[in-house]
Amino acid sequence: MTYMGVEPDRLHFSWISSAESTKFVEVVKEITDRVKALGPNTHFIKEQAKVA
Amino acid sequence: MVEYTEKIREIAAQLLKQCQVDMVIGFRRGSQVMMNEPCMVKRADAVDSLVWDSHCGINLANYITGRTEKIGIVAKGCDSRNIVTHIVENKIKRDQLVIIGVPCTGMIDKRKVAAMAGAEVLAVGEDGDKITIQTPQGEMFVDKIDVMQQNCSLCVHRNPVIHDFMVAEPVAEQTDIDRYADIRHIEEMSDSDRWNFFEDLLSPCIRCYACRNACPLCYCPTCFVDEAKPQWVDKGQDAIDIRSFHFLRAYHCAGRCTDCGACERACPVGINMRLLTRKLEKDCFAQWQWEAGMSESTRPALDVYRPDDPQDFIR
Repeated sequence: MTYMGVEPDRLHFSWISSAESTKFVEVVKEITDRVKALGPNTHFIKEQAKVA
Repeated sequence: MVEYTEKIREIAAQLLKQCQVDMVIGFRRGSQVMMNEPCMVKRADAVDSLVWDSHCGINLANYITGRTEKIGIVAKGCDSRNIVTHIVENKIKRDQLVIIGVPCTGMIDKRKVAAMAGAEVLAVGEDGDKITIQTPQGEMFVDKIDVMQQNCSLCVHRNPVIHDFMVAEPVAEQTDIDRYADIRHIEEMSDSDRWNFFEDLLSPCIRCYACRNACPLCYCPTCFVDEAKPQWVDKGQDAIDIRSFHFLRAYHCAGRCTDCGACERACPVGINMRLLTRKLEKDCFAQWQWEAGMSESTRPALDVYRPDDPQDFIR
């Protein structure tokens, strides 16, 4: 994905156990912060056909 | 390489006469110049149609998928690696095959020849490293290295990795080759430059799927782009759908591609989609020292778990 030109900060991989609720919250916070910093995605979006 | 022809015919005739194989898959002259086509010879008296020269770039491993008969197959370095991949992936059994190995010195890129000739190419002859191009204006002489397919100039496995017969002594392998200079160049671009680069690269695509059809790895009974339930990718000419097709196809070839160049060769509009497959090839080698199709006994990189697998991308 990053090779294609999608910003690396939009892609996150994490391994979280169902028992690691704190880690889950931390990771989600970090991801949302970093994606918000990038702003709206302009790549790899397909507009739906407009139906009247 | 033209001198291999006699030897290929001789081995093929012997195999068919002794009923060791039901057919021999090789090349015959195509209806157009520089376009040899695959052919399946089933009778010993028909072996004279088999030829070998620098226009045999198609990957013959594409024609053995799921076959049940005994097959003799002519294989250059990349073909043989794809045959190994087929064996590893249970698409054919080793004992069904008699592999006629061809030490390869590279295939000619018909587009480069056409560009150099600047006129209609009537015939192309070869003598070792020298190529003769005949046009209505006369004859031109060029070095083979200047008109070779890019994947052949970057090739480091010219000799077949498995074979039952060899038509000639192995050729010297190319060493000291920087296989991934162009890939590194793309990696160094900024995100938006890379996006635009692939936008330009893929813009001529007409989604004819010739690349997929020429590829020996693409043997799924129903390709993901042809499927309608669920419809993974829309079927139109939208740039995003074209991009999805090319990137996903490349991913399906990850750790399996031998860079035989069949996809690029088959492309009617000359897209170098090998920039996608080679990136994955490069990563596979960097992360797991894996090269596809080199051994029948090793499981592919994406098929095994090792405790020391790289996992820096997981946070």
